[in-house]
Amino acid sequence: MTATTATEGLLRELAPQVLGVVVRRYGNFADAEDALQEALLAAAATWPTNGEPTNPRAWLVRVASRRMAEQFRRDEARRRRELVAASWSLTRPDRTTGQDDTLILMFMCCHPALTPGAAIPLTLRAVGGLTTREIATAFLVPEATMAQRISRAKATIKGSHEPFSLPAPDVRTQRLRSVMHVLYLLFNEGYATSSGPDLARADLSSEAIRLARAVRAALPDDAEVAGLLALMLLTDARRPARTDADGELVPLAAQDRRRWDGALIDEGTALIEETLTWGRVGEYQVQAAIAAIHDGAASDADTDWAEIQSLYGLLERMTGNPMVTLNRAVAVAMVHGPRAGLAVLDGLDDRLGDHQRLHAVRAHLLGRAGDTQAAIAEFEAAAARTTNVREQHYLIKEAARLGADDTRPSGTSDRAQP
Amino acid sequence: MRFMLLQDYGGVESDCPPMTEWSPGDIQAHIAFQNEVNDELTARGELVDAQGLAGPEQAKFVVSDGATAPVITDGPFPESKELLAGYRLVDVESIERALEIAARTSAAPGANGVPIRQRIEVREVLSAPDPEV
Repeated sequence: MTATTATEGLLRELAPQVLGVVVRRYGNFADAEDALQEALLAAAATWPTNGEPTNPRAWLVRVASRRMAEQFRRDEARRRRELVAASWSLTRPDRTTGQDDTLILMFMCCHPALTPGAAIPLTLRAVGGLTTREIATAFLVPEATMAQRISRAKATIKGSHEPFSLPAPDVRTQRLRSVMHVLYLLFNEGYATSSGPDLARADLSSEAIRLARAVRAALPDDAEVAGLLALMLLTDARRPARTDADGELVPLAAQDRRRWDGALIDEGTALIEETLTWGRVGEYQVQAAIAAIHDGAASDADTDWAEIQSLYGLLERMTGNPMVTLNRAVAVAMVHGPRAGLAVLDGLDDRLGDHQRLHAVRAHLLGRAGDTQAAIAEFEAAAARTTNVREQHYLIKEAARLGADDTRPSGTSDRAQP
Repeated sequence: MRFMLLQDYGGVESDCPPMTEWSPGDIQAHIAFQNEVNDELTARGELVDAQGLAGPEQAKFVVSDGATAPVITDGPFPESKELLAGYRLVDVESIERALEIAARTSAAPGANGVPIRQRIEVREVLSAPDPEV
């Protein structure tokens, strides 16, 4: 996944289209997806040396179809008594476009019966055209484990007996919400990474953006899809400045903004500005609007924190999510001072519990308010609770930085031993 | 031969203070050292895996008899110094090489650059039976 050659790019582009054709022709999403995977591997092995076929899409369909036919012959005796594939609308005329197929596949792979942990790899394989090995590497698990996870996900979808078509209009909004949630989690997995030593597994974020573009191409009038894509672009734009030369985390306020990606900022800002004029505001659009304000500011001090504060207020009313309240507290502190921000945090302990981010935000605000001892204790508490090694380093260093200017009794904590 | 090199929270044999009391530069140097060791082991084809574990505050102990509800104990634990903090899994030619790596990581720099003398537990990983046997 790291070295994307021309062939790989083409294969990933074609993967959902080919899968759509094969599923329509033979039914059975689960087997068709295996056949596609084999066709992609065959192409990746032969095209770079033998050259690409004149019609790559037809080549892949042919190879995948052959696999399906072989499989079908093998299983025929067993299958004869079964009414398999009947639900897969075999004979429906092929009037749909590749974009529709991509969308249908996204809906299937992000089926609400699947957990995100199952939906994400399945989406990457069936829609993203990645190999099992690539996905396993990205998620730091053995290939056999990932293969099994994907296969169980497909069995779940098979068990849902969902036809290969767009969900009915009455459930489509809800299903689209699942799709967007999966893409959002995939992006975050790449951007923040819940485990492992690499702060940004860039390729997962790029893949999430690519898939979000594909969904937007199929649903150009959906404001939240546009908002999600804008949010990803505006967040990804800051990636080059998010780590220093040693790979350590650099917080937003300290980032070298010259290293931000101007082209992504321009694209994301234009997209969210236009979308907001449609008047169908949703969560992703508000988050994108906040990201656009950050990206448009020359420095942390020049940021329009009052506007960010009111947008977080809006988001808080829309979602009731305590994590949003946490972010609003930071904005309030920038506008009205750290004590006002700390007051917003009051009452969050009950709702968020012993969450590392609550400790981290409280630590920052206490530090700014001059309460060094309490800030150090909160940084230590946050460091002890984070599961991200880069965040842990950052939090320990913040505690140390405060402690360096302050005298305190030693030996109060044994938690941050190396 | 695969060896697990384990370190816990209590195994520092110098009088090194907790990490949050180091200077930020010392912390950076310590992290850089750990990364450098991993890069070296990777370059030599010896590193299988290296992970730090989330803090002992998040540890839970689970005991079950397989029939009734499992007993799950939350921290904080009085014996938290004995909990595992992290590990390296290396694939090397000999135990001598595993001990060499352990010695190098034990001497990681701490406050004011003084080696922390972290105790490293070296354990060989049981392997599958030899296919020839």
